Parts: sequence; structure tokens; C-alpha cells
Amino acid sequence: MARRPSPLSRIFPFVFGLLVGAGALYFFLPGPGSTVSKPQPGQPAAKAAQASAPQGATLATVRARGYLQCGVSTGLPGFSNPDDKGVWTGIDVDFCKAVAAAVFGDESKVKYRPLNAKDRFTALQSGEVDVLSRNTTWTMSRDTSLGFNFAGVIYYDGQGFLVKKASGIAGAAQLNGATICTQTGTTTELNLADYFRGQNMTYKVLPFEKNEEALSAYDSGRCDAYTTDASGLHAQKLILKNPDEHLVLPEVISKEPLGPLVRQGDPQWEDIVRWTLFALIDAEEEGVTSTNVDQMKASQSPEVRRMLGTEGDFGQALGLSKGWAANAIGAVGNYGEMFERNVGVKTPLGIPRGLNALWRNGGLMYAPPIR
Amino acid sequence: MAGGKQATAKRAMRWSWNDPHLRSLIWQVAALAAVVAALWYFAATAHENLSRQHIATGFGFLQNTAGFGIVQALVPYSEEASYGRAFFVGLCNTLLVAALGTMLAVALGFAVGIARLSSNWLVAKLAAVYVETLRNIPLLLQLFFWYFAILQPLPGPRESLTLLPGVFLSNRGIVMPGVGLTGTSPAFLAVLLLAIVASFFVARYAKARRMATGERFPASIVNTVSIIVLPGLVWLIGGAPFTIDHAAMGKFDFTGGWRLLPEFLALLLGLALYTAAFIAEIVRAGIQSVGRGQTEAAHALGLSNWQTLRLVVIPQALRVIIPPLTSQILNLTKNSSLAVAIGYPDLVSVFAGTVLNQTGQAIEVIAITMGVYLVISLATSLAMNLYNARVAIVER
Repeated sequence: MARRPSPLSRIFPFVFGLLVGAGALYFFLPGPGSTVSKPQPGQPAAKAAQASAPQGATLATVRARGYLQCGVSTGLPGFSNPDDKGVWTGIDVDFCKAVAAAVFGDESKVKYRPLNAKDRFTALQSGEVDVLSRNTTWTMSRDTSLGFNFAGVIYYDGQGFLVKKASGIAGAAQLNGATICTQTGTTTELNLADYFRGQNMTYKVLPFEKNEEALSAYDSGRCDAYTTDASGLHAQKLILKNPDEHLVLPEVISKEPLGPLVRQGDPQWEDIVRWTLFALIDAEEEGVTSTNVDQMKASQSPEVRRMLGTEGDFGQALGLSKGWAANAIGAVGNYGEMFERNVGVKTPLGIPRGLNALWRNGGLMYAPPIR
Repeated sequence: MAGGKQATAKRAMRWSWNDPHLRSLIWQVAALAAVVAALWYFAATAHENLSRQHIATGFGFLQNTAGFGIVQALVPYSEEASYGRAFFVGLCNTLLVAALGTMLAVALGFAVGIARLSSNWLVAKLAAVYVETLRNIPLLLQLFFWYFAILQPLPGPRESLTLLPGVFLSNRGIVMPGVGLTGTSPAFLAVLLLAIVASFFVARYAKARRMATGERFPASIVNTVSIIVLPGLVWLIGGAPFTIDHAAMGKFDFTGGWRLLPEFLALLLGLALYTAAFIAEIVRAGIQSVGRGQTEAAHALGLSNWQTLRLVVIPQALRVIIPPLTSQILNLTKNSSLAVAIGYPDLVSVFAGTVLNQTGQAIEVIAITMGVYLVISLATSLAMNLYNARVAIVER
């Protein structure tokens, strides 16, 4: 006959489990009321520090880590796209490099996190990336209720349509009743609904998780039109089987100011990202380029001398070195160079400057002065 | 041992640490309190961090206007509807594909499972090839295959294939004439309902008569006739009040009629064929678990092969089949969330995709989505467990 187990041995596994559980809770959670949790060994410090993000926390985290985590797209030619060797290029990628150059003096200290449209905001909120430079539209709800701040506009875009030339459609007004493919997790679904409601037209929308699948469905004839930002249409037209058989419609149905964004609550980091962008735009206005940036340090113009750190120390207020802007411009060139190299008329995308020209050339690019 | 436990339980509880009953009660209450405290702590921490990062919280967003379109809605939906309505549309689409997929997968799985045990060499081998191919290729790839390789290269709507008069197959899906229910007389519906209810009683009577006298009554034929013919007569008498909505070619595509989207077809086919391969193996195992002697005894009694299978083998095999079959049905339902990859507007695509992106309230949206799948799964389990209890061996 089996001996009755003693009460102690019966409760032992339970007590043991409770103790282990309580111990795990104690170690892996910040204590109630504490504002900054202790970084855990083996975990990136960013995870622990991002929740509260006091003044300067992001810069300190990035410096301690030794590189910048930059959120980019999974592949959009001209904006952020890896080539066959895994080297990232594009205007959004150049901006990541510029921030890395401003912070470290070395544009190679960036790691790119490819993010699809759906995951990008969670990645920034949770501290997986320090800055999201991923053709993201600046909207009020994203700025106010998602816990982000937009640093500025790197590309003024608008939503357009791509159709097959054979369909004979020449304008968006002829799209009544069309089936339209798009990528889910973007502003396009809402714009589409707004546009068709406003024009009193009907449509069917097919949202796919990935751009590639949406485009493939359009290419095979499942949809009559494909919609995304006009810049994206020019870029994605190139990956279709026969790019010449497709047409980007002239209408732009929305305002899509694309720009880099950061988490709200760390004004210093926000300033670094914002002023890196401004410096790139100001550099174009002042004629500072990646090739002449060293000579320009000796320029007579006070504007240029302040920007490049010859006069005053504007980097200090950002927590950066004197040469922050010179480093950024030296790494990727001014805004005009970035534009022409990645999306401009000489690239396969062939997009004219248009709204993205400097203000004095009739565009919208206007950055506050460095002084 | 069992008697001893009962005696312990019946003894009056003593307010002492030495009373094992009281002690276990204290531990259980303590454990429950620890779990509740931990959950509360997680929720409070999340709420605190979200409000510090200025991220909106709460479920109020469900009343806000959704503003986006959904290509397939089983309940009335427009862009002016709320996010809550969009959630409901996505839920219905998920339930539709899960329910139809389950029916197809179970039917096909049973057929293939039985075919694998066929004495016909070709049939058995074909079934084996089916099972080994489909269950060993990842489901997502199969969905891509059905969607991008089979349904997309179909001709456009203008060159669509005519399956039956009025039924067209193109890369926009299957379009068929819609049967309008407007003008349906209440008498027709009442007779239809009556015939369905009556069929249950006919089936019961047939069984009782067979048990009592051994005579067979053709219940299935009688029921089929009464369900189809009686309402049909009423419909004819009432002047055939149905409207047929023929699909017409519009500028881009067919308009009107009923339509099965290619996204829906690809998802349904992929889910049903994939899951059927697993179900076939479960059915084969269940049938093989029934002793060979049972079949021999049935044959000795003069039952045909089909009768042996239906009356002797399958009822016994079901006891082995039902529990793993439940898992497969749950898998099918959860796998339907792969719909987002091929553009079918299921719950994950509509709610955890578009709504999540537009509102940014990840915690609430994902919690609701997880809760929905949990409820669907638990309800399926409950139904299958009830059925399992019915077919289980009655222990005497």
C-alpha cells in the first residue's frame, strides 16, 4: 500500500513554482512607481530606456550602442531599397546616413530595419528603431495620438493611380466602378474612399499586406488600377513586366508630406533629427555640396560658417560636435544632391523636382535658418 | 485510496494549518490572487506607459467612422460605418471561410482517408500521393499557388470562360445570376421550415420502425422529396415570385449578380485541401484502429462492404477520429488568418490590419482579435466535445 505523501512534499512543487514566478516578476519588471527601469543584462538598453525617454535618453542610448537603428521600407526604389549585395540606397536611406554622420561623424554607423507598412509604428513605439525614415505621411492622428513627432518633410508627395495604357483610361474620373489594388496599413485606403465618395463614384478595393503582392495582382489583371503615392508609382512601375504598357494618371488625390519621425517625449533627439534635415535643405540653398563642404568652411558667408561650425557652436545645443552639419553634408550631400541621386530626372524614376524644389525655385522646400 | 479521500472531504473543516483541506484552499486562493495581481499589474503598467508616451487608449474608437472600403461584406457596410461595424464585417468573412472550409475539408478528408484503404491499387496510391504532397507543403505557399498561379492567370472579365449559361469564370472570380429574395411569400418560407422540421420526425420514425420490426423505411428519399417538392409547389402556385439578377458587363467588370471573389476561392481551396490531407490520415488511423474481426463478423452476417463501413466500422472509428479532428478544425479556423497575404478581407486583414493602422491602438485591437479567435476556438471545441460524448463508448 502506498504511503500517504506528506503535506510538505505535496505543496512543494507549488511553492517552488510560486517562488520562481515571483522571482521572475521581480527581476523582469520595473518596480511600480519607478520612472526608469534598470537595463537588464543581455537586453539592448534601448528596450528598457525607451518607455520613459527622458531628455537626452535616445542620444545616450544610440551613442552607447554605437550605431543608429533606422526604420526603412522593405524595398521601394529611390526611397529605401537594398541592391543585390544587400546595400541600401535611396533618399530615406541617405537621411539615415546623414543622422548617423551628425551623431557619430561616420555615416556607416547605421543599421537598417526593413519594416512593412503595418509594423512600422509599433517598431518605433517599442524602441526597435530610433528614427523612422520610411516614406511615412505626416498626418494629424499619427502626430497626436500615436505618440510620435514628425521632424519635417523630406518629400512632398500625393496619391495617384497606375493603370494599363490598353484600358484607355486617361484620368481618374474614368475610374468609376474600377477594382483597385493597394497595400494595407497605409493612408491610401482612406484617401481612396474619400476620393470616390467625394466624386460620387463606386469602386472596389483589394488591400494586400505586401506591396509586391498588390502589384502582382494589378499586373495580372485582377485590378484595374494600382494606387499609392505618386513617387511610389513611378518607382514600382519599373518592376512590372512591361513598364511601358502602364501609365501614371495625372491626378493626385491627396496631400502626402513624407518625413522622418521620432518618438514623442525626447525633445533633444527630435531636434537632432529635425535640424539634420533642415541643414541638408539649407546647404542646398547656400550652395554647400558634398564635394565643396571642406572648402566652404572657409567661406565668407556667415550663414555657411555657422552651419559648418566655423563660427559658433550650434552642435553643442544638440549634444553633438561642432561639425555635425558638415559631417552630414559631407556624407550624403545637400538635399538637392540626395534628390537627384535617388529619384531625380537622371535616375530610372525620372521624377522632376516639382513641389520638392527649393522655395526660391517655386517649390516648397524651405528650412529655418541656422543662427 | 478513493474511500479515504471521500472521508477526508466529509470531515468538518478545522481552522488549523494541519487540516489539508483548509491548507489547500488557502494555497489556491493565494495562487488566484497572485495571478489576478500580476494581470492587473501588467494592465496598469501598459496604461501608464501609453499615457506617458501620449498614445491614445480605450475602446471608444470602435464608434468612430471607419472611412475605408471593404470588398466583401456579408452585412451592410459602407465607408460611413463605424470601426465596430468593420470589425463585424471582418468577423463574418472569417466565419464564412472557416465554416465552408471545415465542411469541405471534413468531407474530402473522409473520402481520401477511406480511399487510402481501398483495395484498388490506383485509388489507394492516388490518395497517398494527395496526402503526402499537400500536408508537406507550407499552407502559405499553397495559398500563393492557388491565388497567383491558378486564379490570376485566368482571362479578364471580357474574355471570361462560360462555365454554365450565365455563370462566368474570370480573374475577377466566379460571377453567377443572383436570386433575389424580394417578393418571397411567407407561405413558401413557412412550408420550407415545416418540411425541414417534419424530416427530423420522419427520420426518427424510420429508425424506431427499423428497431421494432427490422423493416427499412426510405426516410432519406421521402425527406428529400418533401423538402424540395412541397416548397416548390407553393412557389409555383404563388406565381414563382423570384427575381433573377443576371450579371451584366460593365465598363471594367461584371456588375450585378452574385460573385465569388478569387481571394475567397483561393483561401477556401487552400485551407480545405491542406486540412483535408491531415483529416485523411486521422480517418485512416481511426478506421485501422477498429479490429479486423469486426469487418469479418459484419461480412459473415451478410452486410455489404458499404454497410460494413457505414454501420460497423465508422461508428467505432469515430471514437478515435473525433478528438484529433477537433484540432484540425481549430487549425483551419486559425489558419484562415493567412488571408491577408492574398487580399481576402478577413478579421486579421480588416481589423488587425487597416483598423489598427488607422487608429494606432495596437493593444486594444490585438486583444480583441485574440479574444475573438479564442472564443471561436472554445466554441468549436465545446461543440465537438459534445459530439464526442455522444459517439464515445458507453461504459456499463
